[in-house]
Amino acid sequence: MPAPIDEATVRHIAHLARLKLSDDEVHRYTQQLVAILEYVQQLNRLNVDGVEPTAHALPIVNVLRPDEPREPLGAEKALANAPQKAAGFFALPKVLDQEGA
Amino acid sequence: MSNLTIRPIIGMETHVQLATRTKMFCGCPVEFGAEPNSRVCPVCLGLPGALPVINRRAVDLAIRMGLALNCRIATFSKWDRKSYYYPDLPKNYQISQYDLPIAAEGHFELPPRDAGEPRRVRIRRAHLEEDAGKNLHEGLDHTRVDLNRAGTPLLEIVTEPDLASADEAFAFASELQRLAVWLGVSEGVMQKGQMRFEPNVNVAITFGGVEYRTPIAEIKNLNSFRAIRNAIAYEIDRQVGEWRRDHDYTLEKCGKLNLGWDDDRGVTEFQRSKEEAHDYRYFPDPDLVPVTISAEQIDAIRSEIGELPLARQERLRMQLALTDVDAATLTADRATSDLLAAAIAVGGDPKTLCKQFISFWSAQANARSTTIAGLGVSAPRLAELANLTRDGTISATAAATVAQKMLDVPAAPREIAAAAGLLQVRDEAATREWVEQAVAANPQAVRDAKENPRKRQAAAGFLRGQVMKISGGKANPKLVGELIERRLAEP
Repeated sequence: MPAPIDEATVRHIAHLARLKLSDDEVHRYTQQLVAILEYVQQLNRLNVDGVEPTAHALPIVNVLRPDEPREPLGAEKALANAPQKAAGFFALPKVLDQEGA
Repeated sequence: MSNLTIRPIIGMETHVQLATRTKMFCGCPVEFGAEPNSRVCPVCLGLPGALPVINRRAVDLAIRMGLALNCRIATFSKWDRKSYYYPDLPKNYQISQYDLPIAAEGHFELPPRDAGEPRRVRIRRAHLEEDAGKNLHEGLDHTRVDLNRAGTPLLEIVTEPDLASADEAFAFASELQRLAVWLGVSEGVMQKGQMRFEPNVNVAITFGGVEYRTPIAEIKNLNSFRAIRNAIAYEIDRQVGEWRRDHDYTLEKCGKLNLGWDDDRGVTEFQRSKEEAHDYRYFPDPDLVPVTISAEQIDAIRSEIGELPLARQERLRMQLALTDVDAATLTADRATSDLLAAAIAVGGDPKTLCKQFISFWSAQANARSTTIAGLGVSAPRLAELANLTRDGTISATAAATVAQKMLDVPAAPREIAAAAGLLQVRDEAATREWVEQAVAANPQAVRDAKENPRKRQAAAGFLRGQVMKISGGKANPKLVGELIERRLAEP
């Protein structure tokens, strides 16, 4: 069973998605998410003993391509819609917290 | 403190950049140092509607590395999204593999230390994923993002915590790099970040019959072997020191933490505790279908692997009675090791070839920042030079000179030696003349040799060297030795 959704969970998820929510929104989304989860939890009534977990909705595997280079967009096109750019880079407000891959 | 024992517990996560021409999920060329944001397309920029397609070569290379690490290769492998929000990650998720990695449950054996047993490091898993781009902040009031690296194929290899010291972690990392390069899985250039290491370190401290475990620290993104050794050694000391001050400094009470390594200052620095670490919300990527791998495919890749570097090192050491260090030098890269084997196969004297590889051929390669194979000298020419040296046609000193010339002149080594006047002179009269010159020029050495039994050997050796020098390397060392002995026996 998944952990129940409460306001703290909603604030945590909003932080991870870098969304700024008002208290009112936190309250409203908590109610909505609880309702959605309850609805989806109907699936828990199914007996899935012995059923392989589904890795993908399509019954297809092995879509691969050869390791052959294709022409990239190039810097000018890549940056064409960037809200801010500097010296061929995307530019944004200074980020301090370093996060590894 | 009495009865205090300390046992470091170290695991390693390694990101290996695969040697593909293109990115993991798009056809953009992988190229280090290209103009910023010039090697990007809608897929690796994360533009809406763009769909990733798996690079077959990356999958094959991952299987190859997995097999070399004695892993079980998954017959069914899938792709997951690892969500986190950072500017170098344009989709706001990284495509990775969560619960069905391509390879798992392997092991890697490090060579024994001090004639002990080989040390087995268990491999927990190896999975494919894409690299992020690069953020630049230094000296700027804003952040700049270059997405050329975004989407580059990586194999993340995770060990069990089986490494027992900073030195062992160092050995593991350097052997893993040699293996990846040997197999052609990665170019393995540390300076380009093609191998990046993240050790997990904590310490089991037994004191007064009780075992304490310090918090597990993950040291992020180390890209030199020296940094691995220094950072781990520092971290072990730091954790033991913290625990001495406060016995509550334990994994149980303090959890895990992420650290960075400041190479200039030689210290680890706190980045964030793992409790604050992002919840990655993994889920299967609907844009990518799974990959199945057949037994035939695995067998075909297995057949390409051949002898691994440590096995070859051990075989050379045994067959040619080499030291560990020399055997390791001769198996540092596959092309050079194969070249040595080819030179032996065409009849080159193995012992002399090894000696010449380790001495002047290595020096020539280093001077040109390449490997011995990279010098482009063919196996038959290497073999001929070795045999000319072994049978005394040229001296060992002359061989080094001939080797240097062989890089510029395509002629046979014997012709090069002849043209340079380096063929040895066995003419006794000429050799005696050089001996007389050496004796005349070095009366002190002659006196030492004649009058001081303790200095005799060294003095005779010195005179032999002087004769070789005077002859320009042409004298036959054996004849020189005999004539000097005869000369010193004279009253």
